[in-house]
Amino acid sequence: MMPSQGPGDAPGVRGEDVSAGPSGGARASATDDVLVRIRDLTFRRGERTIFDGLDLDIRRGAVTAVMGPSGTGKTTLLKLITGQLRPDAGRIEVDGVAVHELDKAALYRLRRRMGMLFQSGALLTDLNVFDNVAYPLREHTDLSPSLLRKLVLLKLEAVGLRGARALRPSELSGGMARRVALARAIALDPEIILYDEPFTGQDPISMGALVSLIRQLNDASNLTSVLVSHDVAEATRIADHIYLISQGRVVAQGSPTEIAAERSTWVRQFMDGQPDGPVHFHYPGPALAADLLNRGGR
Amino acid sequence: MLLDPLARLGRSGLDVLARFGRGHQLLLAMVLGVGEVLRRPRLLIAQVYNVGVLSMLIVGVSGLFVGMVLALQGHYVLARFGAAESLGLMVAASLVRELGPVVTALLVAGRAGSALTAEIGLMKATEQLAGLELMAVDPVRRILVPRLFGGVLAMPLLAAIFSAVGVLGGYFVGVGLLGVDAGAFWSQMQAAMDVREDVVNGVIKSLVFGVVVTWIALFQGYDCSPTSAGVSRATTRTVVHGALAVLGLDFVLTALMFGG
Repeated sequence: MMPSQGPGDAPGVRGEDVSAGPSGGARASATDDVLVRIRDLTFRRGERTIFDGLDLDIRRGAVTAVMGPSGTGKTTLLKLITGQLRPDAGRIEVDGVAVHELDKAALYRLRRRMGMLFQSGALLTDLNVFDNVAYPLREHTDLSPSLLRKLVLLKLEAVGLRGARALRPSELSGGMARRVALARAIALDPEIILYDEPFTGQDPISMGALVSLIRQLNDASNLTSVLVSHDVAEATRIADHIYLISQGRVVAQGSPTEIAAERSTWVRQFMDGQPDGPVHFHYPGPALAADLLNRGGR
Repeated sequence: MLLDPLARLGRSGLDVLARFGRGHQLLLAMVLGVGEVLRRPRLLIAQVYNVGVLSMLIVGVSGLFVGMVLALQGHYVLARFGAAESLGLMVAASLVRELGPVVTALLVAGRAGSALTAEIGLMKATEQLAGLELMAVDPVRRILVPRLFGGVLAMPLLAAIFSAVGVLGGYFVGVGLLGVDAGAFWSQMQAAMDVREDVVNGVIKSLVFGVVVTWIALFQGYDCSPTSAGVSRATTRTVVHGALAVLGLDFVLTALMFGG
């Protein structure tokens, strides 16, 4: 499981000023452009350290992909950014505000400026598509029913599902459910949208639609997008900037071109999907022969 | 090695205490969120329907049979002492004071309580609760509070239905089948039943059981492990803990109300 190289072998490693590093993002240039700033983040679950001094910047207006093998804490990172989890040490700032220091009311005010697309979609199963998208608008605005209807239909039009507004979540395919969830996530016109593994389990058509949607929405609405994924090809296609994380740290970062040119064995194994390399297929354990000869229980 | 069982015991003791603490924190948060149901009474009405109206059939049928059995058993005993005319009083007092609130609470824990736990647990497992939080909507206020107060309101109404149908069941068996005088059946009941002593105490019991059963059901769902096994365990715990809490509290309340 251990990469053969240390993070220092990769470009843009922890310890460097990640905000000043090169990025392929068209809009990512100045330090002031950073919307989410994470510094020296440490987070543990029981005995296990998920993040150990993580530094990471998300620039305004850019699509930033955070990638890494399964179990590296990518979803946990999103939960930390949205304040669902609190770090053991370090700082997480969104637009200059330390998320982990906010009380509940302030955190909820901040979340109204965020949208999140869950891996499962997280649609409310007792509401139809229209009511799911209308839900945050009804909760947080006093729009008239007719204006609310127009707004919901426009959001659904943006994801190509205006015609499916009467369907229940149980009648949607996985790809459709994620697009409805995306319409709901952008209902309040957030400044930042976080995608948790949006491409997992999608057929090629849904995948293509989602990839285009994420990019188009980001550019058309001047959003900032954080994309957590291990689908290398899709994430690389739309990202302005990529972070590769492993063992609780950033092991490489840069534009898709820079990451493609990176020669470190760990980065190449992950980006090219090689089965053998510094990341081992087998979970650490005793040798097979010793295990088979052991007469113990399990 | 020798201390392992002791360590395990200590750990499970701490787990129970922590769970108890989380449960009370949740109850406090729900009580403080009462404003939500005042602002949006439709949420409350929907939950009174879910917990109350949808439980009416099982509560009504159970009340009918319990009343009929009470009349049979009561007549057998009372007739030996020449007091069969007191059957109406015995059936009504047993139902209004005791069996109505207790059996209704047990039935609600089994039907509506388990449904609430499964619903909340699945909402947790499918990230619906997390989704609400990310939409800056407090799931405790938006989802749990209406269900708590819906359960609390529905419980005394269901207990009243249970007792009323039970009395009718007792009348059918006592007067219709066993030949007790109808006038005596009703007049003894009317003369001896006291609003404060019997009816109000029964309603107080029902309200307390309503809080406890719904609270346990909601907490188990909200605190469950978000897996199929976790939801299954939580649903079982709702019924077991709910039933034990109702029976234990019934003793305490009865001792306080009628103990002398």
